[in-house]
Amino acid sequence: MAKKEGIEVEGTVMEALPNANFRVELPTGHKVLAHASGKIRLNFIRVLPGDKVLVELSPYDLTRGRITYRFK
Amino acid sequence: MFRVPTIKSARELISMRAAGRVVAEVIERLKEVLEPGVTTGYLDREARKVISKRGAEPSFLGYTPIPGAIPFPGVICTSLNEEIVHGIPGDRVIQDGDLVKLDVGAIVDGFHGDSAVTLIAGDGDKTERELVEVTRRALEQGILAARSGARVGDISATVEGFVRPRGYELVREYTGHGIGRRLHEAPQIPNVGVGGQGPQLRVGMVICIEPMVNIGTWRTEVLDNDWTVVTADRKLSAHFEHTLAITPDGPEILTAL
Repeated sequence: MAKKEGIEVEGTVMEALPNANFRVELPTGHKVLAHASGKIRLNFIRVLPGDKVLVELSPYDLTRGRITYRFK
Repeated sequence: MFRVPTIKSARELISMRAAGRVVAEVIERLKEVLEPGVTTGYLDREARKVISKRGAEPSFLGYTPIPGAIPFPGVICTSLNEEIVHGIPGDRVIQDGDLVKLDVGAIVDGFHGDSAVTLIAGDGDKTERELVEVTRRALEQGILAARSGARVGDISATVEGFVRPRGYELVREYTGHGIGRRLHEAPQIPNVGVGGQGPQLRVGMVICIEPMVNIGTWRTEVLDNDWTVVTADRKLSAHFEHTLAITPDGPEILTAL
């Protein structure tokens, strides 16, 4: 079964915002608004400014995404 | 939601081989029974019988890609003609000359196997036979590129470099994927791309490569049932898929008998 494509990029957390939202800067210099995915929330993985994270961008709105992984 | 590829141990690979074998047996059975006049629901029931007999579970039945989505209602995906993937089995009667894509997934010991073939009901015409042949060979080429140390982009570029010079297009909005305890794991394996880019393949990774080749546009639409993906211009599409493990000796196809 084929997987629906999502765009995954690495980024650095700039700022923690309310409601598990974060401002993330991508290597391209773009800043996106990303929220923590359910898995990250459930496992109480703390995302802090300066962390390297994997962001899945919405193909429809490249300024928003979800954080799906925090690199150790 | 594993976003980093998982590496399978030797023991886990044994389970994945078993799952792959069940999938291959299902596809063999479906090849035997497919003929003009049978329904897609009949193929679905035959698939369920083989999966049950082997003590496995279907991967797709009830699958929800994102929370809140409609669960997939079939055991297998049956996609005809302009339908690319995720067709839902039902009462539809397969006609002589239909291009029939069968996508099968099974779980053994908690591990998934996933494979797809395109068959022609009856003899089909030259256009169909050529499309099927190019897609089948594109998968072969992609598999040959899946070596430890190579990158996902090497697979994508190989598939794209084989298909597009022959005048066909590749679906971009759906991709191959890693596979293991989850049906869809990282990395995603696009069918178009640039060599040398993307995540590196390592021994112990298990992936699904699945070129979806269209006669016309690569653009897709999803039907009102929320699942069935069709070509935007309603022209024909073909699809082949294998699950393979990256081993020190090269790719090992898990979904072949």
